[in-house]
Amino acid sequence: MNKKRITPLEATNTVKKSIVKRRSKDNRLKLYGRIAIGLAVCFLLFLFYSIFTKGYPGFFQYYVTLDINFDRDRIDPKGDLSDNSLFDGEASKIVNESLFSIIEPKGRKAKKQAKKIVSSGKDVRIAKMVKNDPSLFGTITKVKFALDDDIDSFLRGYIKRETPESERRISDKVIGFVDKLNQDGRITYEFSDYILKGSASGNPEMAGIKGAFIGSMLTLSVCLLISFPLGVATAVYLEEIAKKNRITEFIEVNINNLAAVPSVVFGIMGLAIFISIFGMPRSIPLVGGMVLALMTLPTIIISSRAAIRAVPPSVRDAAYGIGASKLQVIFHHVIPLAMPGMLTGTIIGMAQALGETAPLLMIGMVAFIVDIPNSVMDPGTVLPVQIFMWADFAERMFIQKTSAAIIVLLGFLISMNALAVYLRKKLERRW
Amino acid sequence: MFNFYLLVGIISISFIFFIIGYNEAKNIKKINNIKLHSLSHYYGIFVLLASLLPSLGMYFIFTIGDDLLFASLIQNYVPIEVVKSEDYNFTIVLAQIKNSVEGLIFGTPDQWVTDAAEVWKSWVYQSQILTSILCIFTAIISGFLGYRKINHKFRSRNAVEKIVMSILAVSSIIAILTTVAIIFSVVFESIRFFALIPYDEFLFGTVWNPQFEGAERAGSGQEGLSQYGAIPLFAGTFLISIIALCVSVPIGLFSAIYLSEYATSKERAFFKPLLEILAGIPTVVYGFFAALTVAPFLRSSGSVLGLDVASESALAAGLVMGIMIIPFISSLSDDVINAVPQSLRDAGYGLGSTKNETVMKIVLPAALPGVVASIILAVSRAVGETMIVVMAAGLAANLTANPLEAVTTVTSQIVTILVGDQEFESAKTLSAFALALTLIIITLGMNFYALHIVKKYREQYE
Repeated sequence: MNKKRITPLEATNTVKKSIVKRRSKDNRLKLYGRIAIGLAVCFLLFLFYSIFTKGYPGFFQYYVTLDINFDRDRIDPKGDLSDNSLFDGEASKIVNESLFSIIEPKGRKAKKQAKKIVSSGKDVRIAKMVKNDPSLFGTITKVKFALDDDIDSFLRGYIKRETPESERRISDKVIGFVDKLNQDGRITYEFSDYILKGSASGNPEMAGIKGAFIGSMLTLSVCLLISFPLGVATAVYLEEIAKKNRITEFIEVNINNLAAVPSVVFGIMGLAIFISIFGMPRSIPLVGGMVLALMTLPTIIISSRAAIRAVPPSVRDAAYGIGASKLQVIFHHVIPLAMPGMLTGTIIGMAQALGETAPLLMIGMVAFIVDIPNSVMDPGTVLPVQIFMWADFAERMFIQKTSAAIIVLLGFLISMNALAVYLRKKLERRW
Repeated sequence: MFNFYLLVGIISISFIFFIIGYNEAKNIKKINNIKLHSLSHYYGIFVLLASLLPSLGMYFIFTIGDDLLFASLIQNYVPIEVVKSEDYNFTIVLAQIKNSVEGLIFGTPDQWVTDAAEVWKSWVYQSQILTSILCIFTAIISGFLGYRKINHKFRSRNAVEKIVMSILAVSSIIAILTTVAIIFSVVFESIRFFALIPYDEFLFGTVWNPQFEGAERAGSGQEGLSQYGAIPLFAGTFLISIIALCVSVPIGLFSAIYLSEYATSKERAFFKPLLEILAGIPTVVYGFFAALTVAPFLRSSGSVLGLDVASESALAAGLVMGIMIIPFISSLSDDVINAVPQSLRDAGYGLGSTKNETVMKIVLPAALPGVVASIILAVSRAVGETMIVVMAAGLAANLTANPLEAVTTVTSQIVTILVGDQEFESAKTLSAFALALTLIIITLGMNFYALHIVKKYREQYE
């Protein structure tokens, strides 16, 4: 116990000596925090940057302009503009002839290669044009056709001229043809009319997101129609009507658990219950919407309950005071006042549902479907699943189209979330 | 389309009843010149509900019931030779018949399949007629009975409120029903799986190599080709989660400390939502990013360093997943740190400690249970995450601790097994349900544990 007494001056000196160290430690923690946030923001920016730079070209593609002789006898042999007649017609032959007249391929092999320059959707395009405007018959009109995806990649510079011919996907001859078309000024680079208007296709140059987009909208509407009324009703019941007892406690535990269950499990449930037991068809937006509704239900219930709780008791008391019944208080006062909060939660839940992929894979919405779904009972797919499927394809052009689809998806998500933020700011009242 | 028209029909009938009830109440008021107990529209709504609810109930019973009924009745139309044959499987036969009904015909089906499909079609037609007649009949009769109840003594508001209250109560039961449905669907198939494969082989086996039953049968004598040891899957899940935590815990925690202790309120209002965007990006986008940007980058930088990185590696999936779960840690921890009362900080400053010392020695220990809970929740999110691992981690069930190799996870195996057509009898399909069961147990267990920590160690201030 031979401790020396420290004089105040000595103490001050000790503290002064250590304070530099302690301050620098403090600054270091601050710096770490900044670095951490900076890193996270950098990740975010890099993610957006990489998606946008990849996806922006996906909205554009190369077209070739050809002079097409709209000969009615050849395009529409039966003369009634029916699908059958147009199918029997020789539209693609006419396109090929027009193409050959410019690039003049010699020999059968060269012709065969030359035919592939123009995307295989050419006859469909001509059929659509004459259906919309039969007065085209008998004229010679300039028509734009999409180029094959390999040619597209070549023009974008992904397939290089310098690579030896055997390692390239397109031959020297085809490159010669493309150069000839380019010299004629027939090749143009413009906004793709397939990406937004086309549906799933094995040909990357013709693939588009329309089918998946409509599938997403159908699925989301089913999801909204089920989850919003159910979620609000549950929240109202738990907050306003139910007495706190074992049953309501059990319901609450269940809701919290459901919020924690991985989304893929909801897909398994959909597969086992809706498809296997109830015998509903696979791949339809109805089942997809039902699964997503059960998945988003906890989000909606939890946010709706918070919104209901935020309505001050004085409002209820005032309504009771002038003789309103319990349900009148709820429906005339509590729900309208809590509605902005409920809507915010619902929009956030819908945004989640729009981006969800895994449960929809389980119930078969991953099928390759060319037809655009007309109702919730038609097989279809959704945007995220379309992205997942395209991401698997090897063609360069699919990577761009995938990124373009991601841009569209992110655009929707961001605007939905922005709407939620706006609603929260503008409509939510503070008491 | 039939269902749609029928529903529209039922709903329009009940609306007609609303108008009838409403007018009746007005009439009673006018003729007798008395005040009724409730407002007129409550009488209308009462008649509407009286007509709508029973007929809707009838409709749902019929639409759900008829398929099940047909499935059991159609058994009589399967020839005895087929039933007696060895590989008879009713599920497959049923699927054949249903495909035939929907016009999906593969090859040339047997005559009896086409016949059964014809019978089925006629049943569907009959049941549609029966359903519409019964539903509309119920709607009218019950609506009429409701209408008969209207008189000056009837308290319709109370009746309507009782009905609406019970509708609200029933809808809150959906949450329970969903849980029951999940447990039901997973547990029953898992039991069937464990009847085929002993559970210790599943839990402790180190080789995961599921094959379709058909493949086993084809190469007869090669029984036991399939192996269902789930250890490689658990190990892969664990490895990817650890990598994800290595990214997200430091970044998330330091961000949370900075946001709650150092940042100005403006900075906080800007950066917190910005970080939360990371949680709002769809996982399929992260998967695409991991597979097409991060994985090639790792591969090329690995080859510069002389390392052999697989094109689908645990590292790529883990890194991207780590980015995804940053906001789960940062936002939740930020909330918890913010909830520590100011008086504790003031006490620390009063003793002359710097901000660092206050944060590290007072605030963080006080907030620790919440921080730990947020990390556990992030882990449970990582374990249940599907799309990133499906797209970026590969499918090879390697038992390895090397993050540069491809691994597979519980969720990605579930997806691979269950996507596409499957027969519900094979051990391969059933194994996905067993995996899902373990997944649920793990994630829910973590959730409960996180809540338990928060409850048990929460300091009660004031």
